[in-house]
Amino acid sequence: MDLGNLMAFDPTHHFESVPSSRQELTRACLEKGTELVQAIANAVFALPSTDDPDGPIVRLPPPTTALPREKHLPKPKPPTKWELFAKMKDMPLISSSGMYSSGLSIVLAGIKQHKKDKRVFDEQTGTWKRRHGYDRVNDDKDIPIIEAKLSDGNVIRTALIAEPGEDPFSKRKAEKKQRLAATALPITGTHGEAPKKASKEELQNVAGMAATATASGGKFDKKLPGEKPAKHAGKYRKFLPVVEGKGMSSQEQTAKILDQLMNKSSHGMLDAVTMFNVKKEKQRRKEKEHKTSSAASKLKPKKKSLKKSSKKKH
Amino acid sequence: MLKIKTPKTQRAKRAVEKRAPKLVESGKKTLILHGTKTSDVLNTVLTQIYHLKRDNAVKYTKKNENIRPFECGGETSLEFFSLKTDCSLFVFGSHSKKRPNNLVLGRMFDHHIYDLVEVGVDNFRPMESFEYDKKLTPRIGSKPFFAFIGDGFESVEELKHLKEVLLDLFRGEVVENLNLAGIDHVFVCTALSSSTVFFTHCALRLKRSGTAIPRMELVEVGPSMDLVVRRHQLPNDSLKKEAMKTTTGQPKKKIKNVSSDVLQGKIGKIYIPDQKVGGIALSNDVKGLKRERREARKTKVVGENEAKKRKTASK
Repeated sequence: MDLGNLMAFDPTHHFESVPSSRQELTRACLEKGTELVQAIANAVFALPSTDDPDGPIVRLPPPTTALPREKHLPKPKPPTKWELFAKMKDMPLISSSGMYSSGLSIVLAGIKQHKKDKRVFDEQTGTWKRRHGYDRVNDDKDIPIIEAKLSDGNVIRTALIAEPGEDPFSKRKAEKKQRLAATALPITGTHGEAPKKASKEELQNVAGMAATATASGGKFDKKLPGEKPAKHAGKYRKFLPVVEGKGMSSQEQTAKILDQLMNKSSHGMLDAVTMFNVKKEKQRRKEKEHKTSSAASKLKPKKKSLKKSSKKKH
Repeated sequence: MLKIKTPKTQRAKRAVEKRAPKLVESGKKTLILHGTKTSDVLNTVLTQIYHLKRDNAVKYTKKNENIRPFECGGETSLEFFSLKTDCSLFVFGSHSKKRPNNLVLGRMFDHHIYDLVEVGVDNFRPMESFEYDKKLTPRIGSKPFFAFIGDGFESVEELKHLKEVLLDLFRGEVVENLNLAGIDHVFVCTALSSSTVFFTHCALRLKRSGTAIPRMELVEVGPSMDLVVRRHQLPNDSLKKEAMKTTTGQPKKKIKNVSSDVLQGKIGKIYIPDQKVGGIALSNDVKGLKRERREARKTKVVGENEAKKRKTASK
């Protein structure tokens, strides 16, 4: 009998002759079946039961017939990256699921689980204080008195014994500042600049910059992936064309220069006077262009009509 | 090489974990399908088995022509289906002249075929043909009783195998706690000869008897059929060993801290763990204290005033 499976099995019964009719067969089978089921039921009801609103609940023993598993036994998972890191940092082990952590805990066995307590007993004030933050342990402002001892030859200098003649509190402050300055922001001052990291853009332009040093302007250099070609195409100076061709005429060029000069001298806010003057000049120029033919005006020497002083004759 | 897909969402992760191998396994699911040709009888058999195992069975309706469980290459489809539906039991029905009303009951281990039993169905009587009191109908999901009658189940290997497979098929989940009021039905299998088993399904009626244990009465309810064992395939030894591995063989943990005394009986020591001093909240940073502080100050001031009054009075 296998109670765990609610199975009863009678090996002793033996059909001498198969009963002829079907009904006979079923009847006989049911009879035997009833016997067996009764036997199981007797055993099951005999087990200690707990009462429940639905009915009496009985704890069944585990099944005795060995039946094959559905899937293989679970293999212990290797520790994840976080778990290895936690082990290295001595962090406490938190098991996510009871089943798999058994394998994992074997793997990570032997780690010390200590936590840094948030509350620490402060010897100075004799109370429990935070480790970091407001109202913390070993804070400088909690020290009320620093003894000043007359300096002996053999006195061991400690932090809380001050030299007479100097302010120990400000001295502590200064020391702390210095200590923190070393680890905090890298403001180097006279120590020299912190090495500046080359940015991505700079690295890409390096090849172009170095190309200017070569005789051929970097045209035949092998290009590495990621390097941009040289920005400047090669020309570094611009000469005005000898013969007037496409582009701006010389008059237009001078007008442009004039405008730039005017804008520079006005310092941002163009006052009304200068604006008026500039507008008038533009108008005059336009009129002149319309009057004279374009071919004739090209060959004429530059005439800056604004400069009235040029007309003056000494 | 197939790429191993790691689940990217929590939902997918949960689905994968449901199908992952567990230490203590829950009930096996059954896959019911049929081959190219099935007879009427076989169709009803398959549907009735499906009804018996409603919650944890999957029934396929299409004809599958390339499934031949007993042949070497013919089981790939079965294994694929098993993988997809996460079923480790299957019932495959087919009908041919050589093997009429053929039923192959099989088990899988790790979604590969573990063992097979091929049975022929004779004298099938469906559930509908039985007349009984409707109140006795067994509920789906209730744990069944099993009764195996006949020495054939011990002596004949094929019948032994069949017994195991039938047990596995109809067992349902292995539970620890059983509600005695929920005892519903029993499967009765009788070995008629060395190759035939009379299989029937009955409902249980608990009758009042004199003692606390009720009297059982069997009423035939479910399908009844004659199973003729035709072929069977046992698992090879290594696979069997692998599948039968359990964790119960490990030595049980010793119960610590229990000793018995003649006078006092069972003794155990109570160990109080260390107080987690670091974990206690500081009293000065609880926000609710503001009101208390105010009131405390008020009472203190009042107390001081009184003290002052007393002092002046005493003077």
